[in-house]
Amino acid sequence: MNNTLKQLSIFIENKSGTLIKVLELFSKARIQIIASTIADTQDYGIYRVLCSAPCEAYTILKEHGINVQLTDVLAIAIEDEPGHAALAISALSEAEVNILYMYSFLWKGRGVLVMRTDESDKALEVIAKKDMDLLNEDDFII
Amino acid sequence: MNNSFPKDTCPYFNEKMETMSRTEIEVLQLERLQATVRHCMNSPFYKNRFEEIGLKPEDIKTLDDIRRIPFTTKQDLRDTYPFGMASVPLRECTRLHSSSGTTGTPTVILHTQKDLEEWAAQVARNLWMVGLRPDDVFQNSSGYGMFTGGLGFQYGAERLGMLTIPAAAGNSIRQIKFITDFGTTALHAVPSYVTRLYEVMQSMGVNPRKDTKLKVLAIGAEPHSEEQRRRIEEMMGVKAYNSFGMSEMCGPGVGFECQEQNGLHFWEDYYIVEIVDPETLEPVPDGEVGELVLTSLCREAMPLLRYRTRDLTRVLGRTCPCGRNHVRIDRMRGRSDDMMVLRGVNIFPIQIEKILMTFPELANNYLITLTTDEDNDNMTVEVELEELFTDDYRRLQNLTNRIQRALKDEILLTPHVKLLPKGTLPVSEGKAVRVVDKRTVYQ
Repeated sequence: MNNTLKQLSIFIENKSGTLIKVLELFSKARIQIIASTIADTQDYGIYRVLCSAPCEAYTILKEHGINVQLTDVLAIAIEDEPGHAALAISALSEAEVNILYMYSFLWKGRGVLVMRTDESDKALEVIAKKDMDLLNEDDFII
Repeated sequence: MNNSFPKDTCPYFNEKMETMSRTEIEVLQLERLQATVRHCMNSPFYKNRFEEIGLKPEDIKTLDDIRRIPFTTKQDLRDTYPFGMASVPLRECTRLHSSSGTTGTPTVILHTQKDLEEWAAQVARNLWMVGLRPDDVFQNSSGYGMFTGGLGFQYGAERLGMLTIPAAAGNSIRQIKFITDFGTTALHAVPSYVTRLYEVMQSMGVNPRKDTKLKVLAIGAEPHSEEQRRRIEEMMGVKAYNSFGMSEMCGPGVGFECQEQNGLHFWEDYYIVEIVDPETLEPVPDGEVGELVLTSLCREAMPLLRYRTRDLTRVLGRTCPCGRNHVRIDRMRGRSDDMMVLRGVNIFPIQIEKILMTFPELANNYLITLTTDEDNDNMTVEVELEELFTDDYRRLQNLTNRIQRALKDEILLTPHVKLLPKGTLPVSEGKAVRVVDKRTVYQ
């Protein structure tokens, strides 16, 4: 079973009009965005996207000359109640796994934490040990 | 050569030459042009060039005939490196200056002893013109060595009879100590360095108006705007005069502002000044911007005929309330080639390109933007990412830092490096636009 999710990381200029170009390509290919986030610096940003067909989206973006990378991320489902995110993160923290970035969203009544860590093997061990609910592509079939 | 001194009250160092009428200037120029052209036939380069087009020295009958002579370019100097342009045997030469050759072959400029004496006399004339006399103390805070601003001002200030301090560039605290301890009244430096000295003076609690005897600044070798000059004058509480020089013509001394500060007097007993359209190479009318072309009239070792300086400027006038009728030339407004001058450093885009191409992470397109920020020249280099090799910001930042360091090692300035997605920069038809100059000096 595949333990990770494919996320698109798209390099965009920090300037008006750059995001819409990317979104229009998703729209035209009828690819649905499940969750997305932008982090920016003064000069550029990385637009991170979970979508319904990451490999297909990757090919399309590439064909249009866009700087894009397929990145493996971990998605942990938690109960949509106070304290559950803290529980999950503290387990990783105790094992000295560092989180490079994280974002969250609601999916079918549950919370989802999407993250990239510096040591994904170790993270997977912790997740298995603590019996956390790791999501994969099949969980996001729309 | 006239080695006698005028009286301190005389406004002219060389009254006869400085106050000639336009007609007298032109008569002298024709005589000196004809002599220079004849002398150039001793140089293998000019001899061949004249023979190729069937031009003889005796064909130069009027000043307008100068237009029959082909232009000399920097490339000619490179092609004849090191001594192919000399018009005298090397035995008669006593000094050599060379350009750094950052873009490939360096160039060499030779001087005879008489060339050096004439050069010193030109610089002395300039410094006298702005009110300096043998009682003054002249501090030369300019780079020495191959850079002609060092020895050029040194010998010129000594020729005028001033106590001259070869302080050279750098070590601002020591410079300021010299200024206060030795009672420096005149200082020569690039404009950005004067600004730097002022900042250090402030941090040391030195007030240039009260704690120094400064009265004159000579600034040049780096493009600067009128506003920048006024700001420097305001900071230091003295007059700042613009100086123009280039090693091909000797060095500093070619042109200098008089106390009117309305353009630089280019010494027409030493040079013929032409302003031409850089595309058609035809002369442009007075007041219109074109490329400055200079012919040296008194040089022995290596006279240059119709040398294309690549500097863009215009003629402001040919008379002046100061009594000198030598042509007044506006401050330089840019270049007709792609050379950039930043904080006194000459940089060609090809140097930047060479460094960028060593990074496999980058695509081929790039853009250099120059801006003015608090009186300082700044450079931004925008580059496109070939592949997004990570989604980790730290690794992207690390790439930016590595590019920045490599560029600094090459051009000696730290540019701002901006990563862009591939395909962001404009792709131009034909020759790509690599440099956008937004500095206020060129507006």
